[in-house]
Parts: sequence; C-alpha cells; structure tokens
Amino acid sequence: MLTNNIGFKLTFAVVLTVLVAISIFAYFNIQSERNSLLSEVERHANQLSEAVKSDTEYDMLHNDRERIHESIRRIGGQESIDRIRVFNKLGAIIYSSDSAEIGTMVDKKAESCYRCHSAGQPLEHLEQQARTRVFRPHPDSPRLLGIINPIYNSQSCWSAACHAHPRAQTVLGVLDVTIPLADVDRNIRRSGVVIAIFAVSAIVILSFLVGFMVRWWIGRPVQELLTGMRQVAGGNLGHRVTVKRDDELGMLAQSFNTMTDKLAEARLQLFQSDKLASLGRLAAGVAHEINNPLTAVLTYSSYLQKRSQGRSEMRDDLDVIVSETIRCREIVKSLLDFARQTVPKKRKADINEIIGRAATVIENQLSLGRVKLAMELDTALPQVTVDANQIQQVFINLMVNASDAIGESSGTIKISSRAIRVGADEILQIKRALCRKRHDLVDSEFRIDDKPAISMRFRKNGQTGLIHINPMYGSNQHQLGEMPALGEGIELMCPECSVSLIAEGELCPDCGAPVYAFEVPLKGIVRGCLQQGCGWRRWDQVDSAWNDEFVEIRVEDDGCGIPRAQIPKLFEPFATTKGNKGTGLGLAVTWGILDNHNGTISVESEVGKGTTFIVRLPVDS
Amino acid sequence: MSLTRDILVVDDELSVTQAVVKVCGAEGMSVTAANDASEALRYLERCTFRLVLCDIMMSGLDGFELLAELARKGIQTPVVMMTGYSTVENAVRSLSATGAVDYISKPFTADELYAVIRRSLRCSMLMDEAETAGLRLNRCMSYVPCPSPYYRLGYISWVLMEDEGTARIGVSDLFVKAVEGIRGFELSAPGEMLAQGTPCAVATSPDGSAHEIMCPMGGKILEVNETAQSSPSLVEKDPYFRGWLYRILPSNPASNLQWLSS
Repeated sequence: MLTNNIGFKLTFAVVLTVLVAISIFAYFNIQSERNSLLSEVERHANQLSEAVKSDTEYDMLHNDRERIHESIRRIGGQESIDRIRVFNKLGAIIYSSDSAEIGTMVDKKAESCYRCHSAGQPLEHLEQQARTRVFRPHPDSPRLLGIINPIYNSQSCWSAACHAHPRAQTVLGVLDVTIPLADVDRNIRRSGVVIAIFAVSAIVILSFLVGFMVRWWIGRPVQELLTGMRQVAGGNLGHRVTVKRDDELGMLAQSFNTMTDKLAEARLQLFQSDKLASLGRLAAGVAHEINNPLTAVLTYSSYLQKRSQGRSEMRDDLDVIVSETIRCREIVKSLLDFARQTVPKKRKADINEIIGRAATVIENQLSLGRVKLAMELDTALPQVTVDANQIQQVFINLMVNASDAIGESSGTIKISSRAIRVGADEILQIKRALCRKRHDLVDSEFRIDDKPAISMRFRKNGQTGLIHINPMYGSNQHQLGEMPALGEGIELMCPECSVSLIAEGELCPDCGAPVYAFEVPLKGIVRGCLQQGCGWRRWDQVDSAWNDEFVEIRVEDDGCGIPRAQIPKLFEPFATTKGNKGTGLGLAVTWGILDNHNGTISVESEVGKGTTFIVRLPVDS
Repeated sequence: MSLTRDILVVDDELSVTQAVVKVCGAEGMSVTAANDASEALRYLERCTFRLVLCDIMMSGLDGFELLAELARKGIQTPVVMMTGYSTVENAVRSLSATGAVDYISKPFTADELYAVIRRSLRCSMLMDEAETAGLRLNRCMSYVPCPSPYYRLGYISWVLMEDEGTARIGVSDLFVKAVEGIRGFELSAPGEMLAQGTPCAVATSPDGSAHEIMCPMGGKILEVNETAQSSPSLVEKDPYFRGWLYRILPSNPASNLQWLSS
C-alpha cells in the first residue's frame, strides 16, 4: 500500500502543511488586495465629489440652476461615473445627471440616506469612511460605490441675495456620487486567480521536490535496508546492505551489516557444532550397522585365507579381501573415534610438551629427510588446561596434513608457540581505521614496528602536521612528531577530508587531554588519549574480552597451499583434499576437539606458497 | 543338562552367528546360535556350554542384561562380549562388574576370534581348577595371589597406584596362563598416551596368535619395562612385581578406578 510507505507519509505531511500555509497566505493576500483597490476607488470618488462640490459652489451661491444642471450633467456623463445627484434635506432630488429623476423623492431608508438617518435623529457630521457605501441596485447588477458629501450651511449661503436658506439650518443638502465597481471587481477577481495559480503551482512544485528528496534520503535507503532485512530473515546472511552515507541511516546500515556478519559467524559455529553432533550420531549408527556385515566378511575371508595355504592364486585374492576389510574396520573405527566426542578430560599441561610428543609420533611418518621439522617454541608459556591426548591428536593431524601438503618435494614444517592476549593480530592490529566520512586513516607510508600506522592531521595556532598512532591496540607507542602542546584549540582531522577526529565533549579520564576517535569496520569505535605516555584507550568490543589470555600455536608448511574456495569447507566432515588418501575427518575432528576446549582454529593459505594453521587455546578456561 | 556343547553365540545378526558357527565349526568346536537373549537363555537352561559369545547391542534384552540374568540364575558359563559399537565404555563395562571374561570388537578375523575363544576357555578352565582345588572362591584372584592395593581390569591387566602419583601397569598371571605363555610383547613407547579400555600392548603366545592387552588406566607412558620386553619370560614368572609393563602418569585416575576391581 502506498499509504503505508514512510516516504509517502512524510511527503503527505509536508505537502499538507504547505497547503494550509499557502492557502492562508493567499486568502489574506486577496483580502488586502481587495481592500486596497476599494480604498483607492473610494479616494477617487471622494476627490470627484469634492471637485463637483467646488465646481458648483459659485453657481449655487448665485442660484444659477441652469449652470449647475449643466455641470452635473457634464461630469456625470463621464464613463467612469454612474451618476451624480444633489438632493435637499427633505430628500427631493434637485439636480441629477439622470434628468428623469429630478424632482422625485429619495426614500430616507435608501442606501444614500440611511448612514445619517438610520439613528432616528439625523447625524450632521460623517467621517469620510462612513460616507461611502458599496451596494447593488439589483441582486444581479454589478456593484456600485456611492459617496455622499453633505453640503453644509455657510455665511455666504444665508447672506446670499436669494435668501434661500434660513441660518439655523446646518445641512442644506447632500451631493451623492455613484461610481460603478465593475472594473475593480474584475481586477480583484483576476488577482485572486493569479494568487490561486501561484499557490497551486507552489504546492505542486514543493510536493515534487519534497517527494523526491524524501525518496532519495529516506525512501531508498529504507527500502534497501528492508530488502536486506528480508534477505537476512530469509536466511541469506551473506547479503550486505550498501547504504554508504554519513547519516543515521548509513550508521543503521552499517550496524545492520555488522550484526549480520556476527550472526553469520555464530550460525557457522552453531551449524558446525550441530553438524558434528548429528554426524556423530550417524556415525555411531552406521558403525554398528556396518560392523555386523563386516564381521561376516572378515571372518569368512580370514577363515578361507587360512585354509587356502598353498594355493597361491586364491591366497593373493583373499589377502586383498582381508586387508581391505581390515581397512574398512579402521575407517569405521576412526568414524567412531570421531563420533565419540567425549567430554575432554582436562588437566593443566605444558603445550610445548604436547607438541614435542606429537612431533615424536609424527617424525617416523615424515618421509625421511625430505620434510624438516622446525620448532620455535616459547619456553615461558603459561600452562593450559586441556585433554593432552586430544590436543596431541590435533597437532598430529595438523602435522600430517602439513607433510601431505608438502608431498613428494622437500619442505619444512614450522611449529611455533607463544602467549597472546585476546584475539591476536587481526583484532589487535588495527588494519583499517575510518574517519566519519569513511576514509581509511591507516597509512602504509609510515610504519611503526613495521606495521602501517594510523595517521591523523593536527592543527594548532597555524601549525600543522601529521601524527602517527601505533596500530597495535594497547601498545601506546604513539609517534606524535613535532606536536605542539595539547590543550585548548587543538584540531585533529582526517588527512583526506579534514573531518574532525576529536571525540567531541570527551576528555581523557586519566589526564584530561583530548581524545581521538575512529572506527574500525565491523569492530566498533576506538578512542584513545592523545597525550603521549598516557595509556588511556577504549575499544568496547575488544576491552570486554581483553583479559583472556591465549596460547597460540602456528603450524606452517611451505607445501602446495589450499585454494581459497576450499577454505570455508575445510573443517567440514568428509571434505578431503587428499582424494582417496584421507577420510576427510581429520580437520573436523580437530575442530571438534578445539571447540570442546573453547579454543579456535583458523587457516591462512596461499596456493603454491604454503598453509598456516593457527590454533588458540585459552589459558584459563 | 545332558548335552554339552562348546560355544553359544548370541547375536541378532544372522550373518554373524552363521560366520561364527562356520569358522568355529571348522576348528572342531560345536557351536549353537541364538538370535536373541531369550533364545540364548532357553538354550542355557537345556544344555551346558563351555563359553558364550554375546553381542552387546541386541533388540530385546541386551548383552549386559543377559549377563545379569545369567548371574541371577546362577549360570556360571564364561561370557565373551562382542560389539560393533566398540566404545571404551562398552569394553570397560564388559570386563568390570558385569562378569564377562573377555571382550572382542567386531569385525574380527577368524584368528582373532580363535585367540579370544581359546584364552577365555583356558581362563575359565584355570578358574574352575582353582575352584575345585578348594582355593578361595574369588573367581579371578583365587588363582593368582597379589597384593591388596592392586586394581584389575577383568582378569586381563592390573594397575598399582604409586605414592608419587604415578601408576604401574602390568598383565595378570591368569591372562599369561590363559594364553599359555608369552613369546613376545609389542609395547608402546614412552611419551605416548594410553586410554583405558583400549589395547595398550599385544602379547604373542607360543602358538603364534596375538592377544591384545586392554589398558586398565589411561595416562602418559613415563617408562617402559625394557626387561619385560626383552625377556617375556620375566612376566610369566613374576607378573606383579618385576614383570610390570609401563609406568604411567594417569590422566584421570578417579574416573578410571570406578571400572576396576580390587
């Protein structure tokens, strides 16, 4: 549904607001337009009425009625004037541009009289505004504007020769000018239409603009996030949302990707455990089922083998049957060993000793002289709590694999051990550090301990330069170079886009110096104190696991390597690269054993160069 | 109880019982086959057998339940357990309190079967002899006296816990007698790990058959008795003291000990 669309809702809300605002504006605009036009006409009518009055004043004083008639007819005959008339106090029309009505009476209730006569006792003075009136003589005729101009008694009137007016009379009569409003009304209508067109087009254009921007900034990324979530909900954890922007939706997309990655990793682990467990159950069942027929085959064939003494042609065939059946027995046995998955019987052990023992076992199997075994063991390793048998099995498996990878040529298997703090290199060594605009701060030009450092640009008091931060998280050996004293006014920014890298509003809780912040993709925000020598830093994702200590053992060979595509399947049961030589269980068993020990195994490999298996065992599990 | 036969083989898998009947029959043994535990019990009530070969995992009563049933009915026929699901636990459990004399994992060759049958028959014969000779009635130990702190796995092997936390492993006198003397040993090397219930050594008897010795306790081999390896007759003469096989560092003595008898 369109109405359920967030973009539509936002657009609708904005457009509705704009619609109301513009309508109100247009209404008042039309009103004021109308008022100003009317008052203009009013002023014009007033001037006209005054002009008529002064024009006829002389003639009035001389009671020259013919001239007055003539003036009024002439002026009233103009196109822009509807009519001019003068009536006396009694309402008798004395002069008029419409000669037909001369001598007729004006009703006091008529629109030209009621201003003064509506209050019973007639008014003698009227304000200019009150003198005008807008009316229609018939409901369907155009509007008219009338203005009345009282003619007051004056000395020249009562002292004139004609003595027409007594002195006590205040108002002698009224000059009534009527002007048609048809033109004005047309103008008002036209400007109303113009304003309406403006309002409608403004609303339409605004709707399009708002709609487009909402769609661009919100609709599309939300749609993409939604698609991503649907994909993930549908089980496609490899799906990634590609919303690359700095706003909240970009951050949401990134968090979403991080979450998906973690979910995928967890699922892989779970899947692997689950698969191993079900394989274990399957193996147990299969072993039982297969061992019975194998018993029959092996007993009969070994029995026949015994009886075929002297008959060599039969004996040879039977030898094959017996030895192959025994081989089957060994395969089933290894399946069962794998299926057993007993809880490891753990006790404190020296990992180097276990490696040594595994090496003794394997040495006989390593093709004479061709494969060299090199050991680089850290003698000061902490003890680990492990099932020595199982861990020895792990190293035997890895060494046999390494030896197989070397194959017929000569090569070296290197085994090294060392103690590490959490997660090791790929977590501890910051390999990508992003500013808020997602530029990588890791700079391979500048190295600390041969590792590409994290570079930031500083500026203070016009002085500018680069500072380098050790990529090994927790090492605190920043190389700050020609750095001015810290404190007020120091700026720290991305060398590429100059976006600030200072954590706003945050100071080092240890020394009060400014704090830098950058993001490590998928692993959260790293913050640290800028002060050289102050070791304060924070990286939530890593700090939470910081106290875990591991023993890391690397088994390296310079053999054929493993193609990239095979690596994800390496630890799956029956995934052998050795063809018929292996059962495909070795690494699955290895994985299972290490999983039981809360340890991990990972692999780095390059075809033609060799393979390294990295085993990590927790020191205090 | 008129009829006496050599072997009763109990397995719900026809091909296994038929193979055993054929192979053992060819060696001159009289073999009866039963398809399940209840059938086996009916045979055992009617006839006397010298040995029962019994599968562990069967429908109906399983091997262990059959053993318990035999004990309840007072049937003393020695039993050899066999299973296609040869876990350490099955092996150790068969040899411990349940009272089976021996254990063989499927699939086996004819020779392996003969070897087990022969040493089991001889073992029970030796025990019977000891019984009729009026010695103490404890089935295994009656024949061979040994010091009290020793623990044994069935009649096969023993372990002696030492004060310094190590343990000594050897083979019992009854086993040596049952295989009719030992011509040679195949032993593991120091540093290797042993697991309880798995073969820790292979003894060759004078007739050339190989006999696996089940390990009574798991652990790392600290020392191998070179003298026993070079002159196996030492083990025959003095199996409990100078004839020890391994000195080990037990990996989990407490849980191993629950399967052993003193």
